[in-house]
Amino acid sequence: MSIKIKNVNYTYAEGTAYEMHALKDINLEIPDGQFVGLIGHTGSGKSTLVQHLNGLIHATGGRIYFNGRDIYGENFSMKELRSKVGLVFQYPEHQLFEIDVLTDVSFGPKNLGFPEAEEKAKEALRMVGMGEEYYRRSPFELSGGQKRRVAIAGVLAMEPQMLILDEPTAGLDPKGRDEILDQISRLQKERGISVVLVSHSMEDVARYVDRIIVMNQGQVRFDGTPKEVFRHFRELEKIGLAAPQVTYLMQELKEKGADVDTDVTTVEEAADAIESWLKK
Amino acid sequence: MIRADKLTFDYERLDEEGKVESVKRAVDHVSLDIKAGEFIAILGHNGSGKSTLAKHMNAILVPTEGTLWVDGMDTKEEDKLWDIRQDTGMVFQNPDNQIIGTVVEEDVGFGPENLGVPTDEIWKRVEESLSAVGMLKYRHHSPNKLSGGQKQRVAIAGVMAMHPRCIVLDEPTAMLDPNGRRSVIRTAQKLNREERITVILITHYMEEVIEADCIFVMDAGKVVMQGTPREIFSRVEELKRLRLDVPQATLLAYELQKKGIPLPDGILSNEELVDELCRLKLKM
Repeated sequence: MSIKIKNVNYTYAEGTAYEMHALKDINLEIPDGQFVGLIGHTGSGKSTLVQHLNGLIHATGGRIYFNGRDIYGENFSMKELRSKVGLVFQYPEHQLFEIDVLTDVSFGPKNLGFPEAEEKAKEALRMVGMGEEYYRRSPFELSGGQKRRVAIAGVLAMEPQMLILDEPTAGLDPKGRDEILDQISRLQKERGISVVLVSHSMEDVARYVDRIIVMNQGQVRFDGTPKEVFRHFRELEKIGLAAPQVTYLMQELKEKGADVDTDVTTVEEAADAIESWLKK
Repeated sequence: MIRADKLTFDYERLDEEGKVESVKRAVDHVSLDIKAGEFIAILGHNGSGKSTLAKHMNAILVPTEGTLWVDGMDTKEEDKLWDIRQDTGMVFQNPDNQIIGTVVEEDVGFGPENLGVPTDEIWKRVEESLSAVGMLKYRHHSPNKLSGGQKQRVAIAGVMAMHPRCIVLDEPTAMLDPNGRRSVIRTAQKLNREERITVILITHYMEEVIEADCIFVMDAGKVVMQGTPREIFSRVEELKRLRLDVPQATLLAYELQKKGIPLPDGILSNEELVDELCRLKLKM
């Protein structure tokens, strides 16, 4: 499943005093099975962009192709698009509403007319690590991390081919953060779906994704592997972002005259690079 | 400034007839003493009782058992409520629940206006607070048009404009981008250093607390660890068991130790680790 974005523009409140050009000439392609990190300061256009991907926002200019088909074309079914591209909003647990966990997660697939909605829901709950003992619990009695996982399961149960998560770990404790991202990463590999992770944590993005897209003022500023993107840490700072802490550490070591590899974005890589430098 | 003695808080669940069905103990016999001018951090996993404890600090909740004093005032005494709330300002995680004004500067001015601060002084405070959080250029904007992170900074400015003696920040940076996060933490540190405001910061970002005077770690409603950042972050495995983490520099030092590289415990920052590594290299 691939998504191709061609010359997409979006202007909020066009023709009024509040007019704002939120997306400017975006060209992107997200191929099948890729794990993409989308970063950018608040207000850079990330959320506006991802809402285009499942048709919640209609571009004011440009085209979007889903598996080669124009989503603004006459015979294109938006309903189908929304079932294929699952969007998990910020604080998705605020959208839990059903009497128990299983009913809540079954709501999506039932709504799409899937014959075995409950089976799909169970499968989705298994994927996020919520066992049978939770099926009949009220979603409101769960911890923050558990609620978040149930809400994500609600989207997974619709079996999307692309999963978009808008800051899925905000407000979770470090362990909860790791658990959710580990599960998403496993899912992405097991099912071969593409995942777009919108995040403010450079450390998380560096650890998990294949590719980072950096947004600034409605435009794509950088697009590449974590190593390629975080090499531009000075430019990233200018646009409200940063590199992972370890990237800076390697840079500081280098400035002190150490002959180390500075192309480092995770703790493991840094440990290896430092070890080999010390042994030189 | 804030002192708790065996503070205990139970959430009661009521059945349809209003009878107590079950009781959940969120804070369990916590005793602590926070001095005026200190920068305190509270860590703990989701559900460990941090926020419940924080809500006692400006009397949103009062203890089921035990006592909490703010500036010597027992929070159970209802006639002290307004004094306590002026003394201790609170900033929450979700800015949407805290913004009431239709224009940014109006929202920030609401607090001091309510306290009867003279108009000239209100405008001065609005300007100071908004520039402290980097939102001065948005003063005439509608808060509705701001992003989550921007709204949060406005909410923080709103508390700061009331010039409280103590600010409790409950995960104020959970939704902010790196710059926003840095500017909020720096602002809190500046207020603490320059205006001697007591700061109590609850967060899940370990990097934000390395300059705190003292860290309390909570688990199951109890304070299970207490000490300076260096003392706390030396205990990597214990923190991980409590679903927490350490700053990346600390984690890296820990990983290097495991590889047999002789580094001291409790390294907190990049600078410290870089210095230690350069020293090591010289000796080799």
